[in-house]
Parts: sequence; structure tokens; C-alpha cells
Amino acid sequence: MHHLNKLDTKMALLEVKDLKVRVEEREILHGLTLTVNEGEIHAIMGPNGSGKSTLSHVIAGKPGYEVTDGQILFRGEDLLEMAPNERAAKGVFLAFQYPVEIPGVSTMNFLRTALNAQRKARGESEYSTPDFLKKVREVSKSLNIPQDMLKRGVNVGFSGGEKKRNEVLQMALFEPSLCILDEMDSGLDIDALRIAADGVNALHSPKRAMVVITHYQRLLNYIVPDIVHVMSKGRVVKSGGKELALELEASGYAQFEDAA
Amino acid sequence: MNVAVAKTGNGRAVSDLFASAEGRLPGSPSVIAARREAFETYERLGLPHRRIEEWKYTDLRALVGEVLPLAAAPDAAALKRAADAVKAHAIAGARKLVLVDGVFAADLSDVKALASEAGFRTLRETLEKDAGLLKTAATDAVIALNAAMATDGVVLDIADGAQLSAPIQIIHIATAASASAFTRSQVAIGKGARATIIESFVAAGASAYQVNDAVILSVGDEADVAHIRLMDDSPDAVNITSQFVTVGANTKLNFFNMTTGAAVSRLQGFITLAGEGSELSVNGVNLLQKTEHGDTTLVVDHAVPNCVSREVFRAVIDDRAHSVFQGRIIVRPDAQKTDGKMMIRALLLSDEAEADNKPELEIFADDVSCGHGATAGALDDSLLFYLKARGLPEKQAQALLIQAFVGEAIEQIADDDLREHVIGIAERWLERRQ
Repeated sequence: MHHLNKLDTKMALLEVKDLKVRVEEREILHGLTLTVNEGEIHAIMGPNGSGKSTLSHVIAGKPGYEVTDGQILFRGEDLLEMAPNERAAKGVFLAFQYPVEIPGVSTMNFLRTALNAQRKARGESEYSTPDFLKKVREVSKSLNIPQDMLKRGVNVGFSGGEKKRNEVLQMALFEPSLCILDEMDSGLDIDALRIAADGVNALHSPKRAMVVITHYQRLLNYIVPDIVHVMSKGRVVKSGGKELALELEASGYAQFEDAA
Repeated sequence: MNVAVAKTGNGRAVSDLFASAEGRLPGSPSVIAARREAFETYERLGLPHRRIEEWKYTDLRALVGEVLPLAAAPDAAALKRAADAVKAHAIAGARKLVLVDGVFAADLSDVKALASEAGFRTLRETLEKDAGLLKTAATDAVIALNAAMATDGVVLDIADGAQLSAPIQIIHIATAASASAFTRSQVAIGKGARATIIESFVAAGASAYQVNDAVILSVGDEADVAHIRLMDDSPDAVNITSQFVTVGANTKLNFFNMTTGAAVSRLQGFITLAGEGSELSVNGVNLLQKTEHGDTTLVVDHAVPNCVSREVFRAVIDDRAHSVFQGRIIVRPDAQKTDGKMMIRALLLSDEAEADNKPELEIFADDVSCGHGATAGALDDSLLFYLKARGLPEKQAQALLIQAFVGEAIEQIADDDLREHVIGIAERWLERRQ
């Protein structure tokens, strides 16, 4: 990035500028700035309550958050002006920390409805049922997801690992350009974590950026970041290479709590 | 007090109506006498209003005001429109019996195909002999009015042991605007028989019409019956239906009702479990929008021991619509080991939507398991956000969750073609709110 060679300049995908966010009357983010370029993997680490999940929710457009200052640009467009579904169609994908269960809506029907809604919003042709089935079979096979899971209600009765794999499946199917993984490791044992992380790694590409939000360093053994940010009290207080995560693992977050 | 009220406007209007309709009502002289008697009962009571406990939430005087004149018998043009409606609303594989503006339409029905499996007559034919079918166990003003005015209906006799190879679909079609149709049907299902009976209510170009239907259903011992009612009348119509159901021993009766039409509707069911060891399942779905008013009132009477009844009633209420569910479970003194449960679930899609639920248990036996529950709420915000975050626009996300809510009831319909048909009606309702 320090080369000024034009060919080497990456396109800024996500630009969060001096973002201030309130929930009810309390300010959670106090002027957060973050730039993610195409193809990069960023890790956002921080203690509980530092505002990591708030950031992911505001990027995805979850209601209940009030942006009082700053902006979020996605490929230069104002993301905050878009409804959540418009953001999804533009290529923003939030992998939920706790994916919800939707009884009565089969995973297959959900996937097809969502994919076609995104394509329609982009002015692309909708998938016919046979074409969709072909695509979903291909993708689920590559991620070792059993067909049986697709027939069940969305996440209904899924284990923690299955829910996260379902998120990865959607990521593969919708082909977003920005994936935000919110505490993907929560509730997973090591085996489930490895399977989910393998899925994420398989989807990483020079055009697709990943933002990995995590409290613990262990996820970063499986998904290796280009840049690590430390969040504390609603701000990014330090950014660095992947070695920063190891440093945090050794010395904890306490040093940054004071810095903030 | 009721008498005084009944003598005002409403009673007089119907009185004129009866006088003008009398010459067209089928029946022997004794039947006509029975009609006149029923009509006098109606005149004495007048249209039900909110001071009558059973009609507290559905005040027909306020909601409907007057009973419209009897529809003329359908002419060739009306029958042509009805034929198109039959094509649109017939369920694949079902045998059709079609009533157009309250008159049986033989040319649109599958009488021949049905003949090998069930006895069939029209109400009109039956009334040439006696007035038996005009009498019911319970009565009130709208039932009495139906007895007085019923022009036709289907009378089905399914023999002991008969295993129907196809569902029977009774299709009520309205082609006449601003007129009333009065129908009354009887379905008698023999011992050990297996049958699926579907009733559909639809419009063929008609608006602002009124339907008053009555059904007398008896289910013999060890029979296995699915009874499906799909009321998809025009959004400005009125549909008042009364059903009288008697269930024998060791039977299975699954009743499914879905209301997707009519400005004002009431389905009142009186179900008596008269034989031991029977299982009754009732699934009701009200899909209401705009200012629609949909009332389901069910009385399940456990007259004998060892029966199970399960009622699940779902309502999706949008805009300023109003859903009413009144469910009464009666357990008679002898009806020990009764297992009766009732559940009401309302999904309110707008701040002005209204649901009135009145569950009642009247238990006179001491060794029973009975209960009722009710929930009401909006769509779950966390589910809506998940769907929107995956690209679904608000209305589409809502539609998917509404389909899931209603789907739990529809999934219990075993017949594939029938289930698809019902899903199609629910989807069209959802499209109307887009």
C-alpha cells in the first residue's frame, strides 16, 4: 500500500468515517474510522462492550441505532441512505453471531427468495427453479453441506456449527463483495470452527473483502488477517499487522482500555 | 325489548323480502308452512346485535344493516361467468357440485362421476317431500332466516364403508350483485367411510352480495373425514355460515377453515362429539385486511367420554381489520377423560388491527384435561431484519413470515393438490396487500 504505483492502488470498498452511533440515549461509537479495500481481510478485536457488534449492525442496517455523526460509504455510495435489503443487493453481507431460526420457511425457499430478490434489485434476471437447484447443489457440495439441511426450516433445530455453515453457504451463494463475520467463533467447538473457517477461506478472493469481528485470537489461527484493529470504548485505538493479534493474546486488552 | 327492536326497520325490510320471494322458494305446502314459521322466528328476533351475547363482537345490525333481496335464478350469462369461475377455482381431481347464486347448476357439476360413490340429491328435490332438512339442533336469527329462505343445496349420502377415490368440492359462486343467496346442504357420512369434503365460496364478477349458508354434517362411527372450507368471497360481500356437526364413535374428523374474503363474515359451528373414542381437529385461519370483519364462533360439545378435541385458530390481521374468535368447549357430566384444548394465535400487522378472543370452558365432569391459550403479537423484528439483511424488501420479508405462520395450519392438509390450492389462495391474499 505504501507504493504509489497506480496499478498497486486498491479500490476502497468500505469507508467508515468518524462514525458516532447512539442506542437509546447512550453513545456507543464515538467517532470510529475504518477503511477496508477490496480483497483485504481485516480483524476487529476488542473487549466486550467496545462496540464491535454495534459497528457490524450499523453497517448492515439493523434498526434501533441512531447515527448522529459521520458516514459509511460503500464503493463511494452512502450506505446509511439504503434499506438493509438494498445494502445486501449492493454486496454487503453480515454473518450473524446468532443466526435466527425461522420455523415454517424452508432453507431452500429462503435461499431462492433471497437470491432472486438481490438479483432483481440489481436488474439481473431471476434464477429459474432448476437453475437455482443446480447452483445451490454445487455450492452446498463444495462446502460439504448435506442436502437434508436445505429442506429443513431456516436454522430450525440446527446445531451452532450448522447455523454458521448455513451463513457460509449464503455467503457463497449470494457472492457479496464485503463479508462481515460477527463473532463467528461464539458457541463453536474447535472442529466446527475449523469447518466454518475453511468455508470462509475458500470464499476469500481478490475482489472480496472480509471483516472478522472477534473477541478471541483463536479464530485468527484459521482466518489470517491482513490488518488487525483494536477497538476500545467505541473507537479504533490501534491498527497493525497480524502480529498485533498475538500481542493481544499475550497481554490482554487492559493496555488499550486506558488508551481510549 | 328484543321484540320491540325487531319490529323496527330491519324486520320490516325482510318481511317484504319474504313476501316477494315466497313464490320462488321450493317445497311442498307443508315445507312452505315450516318456512313461514322459521321466518316468523327471524322476524321476532331481528338481525343479531351486540346485546345478544353470542353476537357481541359481530353486530350485524351495525355491520350489515339489512338483508338484500333474494338473487334471481342465474341466466345464461351468469352461468357462463360461473363456468369460468369453476375453471379458476376447481381443485385438481375433485368432483364438483356447483351452486350459482343459491341454485344448483347440474351442467357445471360432476353428478355422473359422483353417482358411483355417493348418493346425491338437491335440497330442492328433498323439500318436495318434507321439511326435515329445515330443522336444526340449534337456532338463532340467521339460522331461522336460512331455513325460511334456502333455495337450494346439496344433499350427499356417503354409504357405510365407502372410500371416496376423490374429494368432493362444493363450490358456491356469486354472480349477482347486491342480492342474497341462501343455501343449505346436508352431508351424511356412513360408518367406516373415508371422505374429503371441500366447500369453496367465490365470486364471479359479483360484488356487494350476501351469502347465508347452513351445513348439516353427520360423521358415522369409525369414519375418517377431512372437511375443508375456503371462504374467498368478494371483499365487499357478507358471508354468514352455520354448521351443525355430529360425530360418531372412533372417528377422525379434521376440519380446516380459511377466511380470505368478505367484508363481514361469521362462521358459527356447533360440533357435538356423540360417540366415544373420537378425535376432532379444528384448524382455523383468518386472513383479514382493510376493514374486513371475520368471526369464527365454535361450540365443541363433548357429550360422551374419551374424546379428544384440538382447536388451533390463527388470524393474520392487517390495516383496520377485526378478527373474532369465540370458542366454547362443553364437557357434559358423563364425558369423563375428555381431552380438549384450544389455542388462539393472532398476528397483528398494524396498530389499528383488532383481535377479540373469547375462549370458554364449561366443564361438568371431574376427570378431564381441558385448556386454552392465546397469543397475540406483531411479526418478530429480529426475523424481519435477518430476511432484509439477506436482500428481501420489507413487504416480501413480511409475506414470507406470514406464509410460515399460516403454513403451520395448511401443512396439515394431507392431499397435495388441495394443499397447493389453499397455498395459492393465501398467496393471492398476500399479493393484495402489496
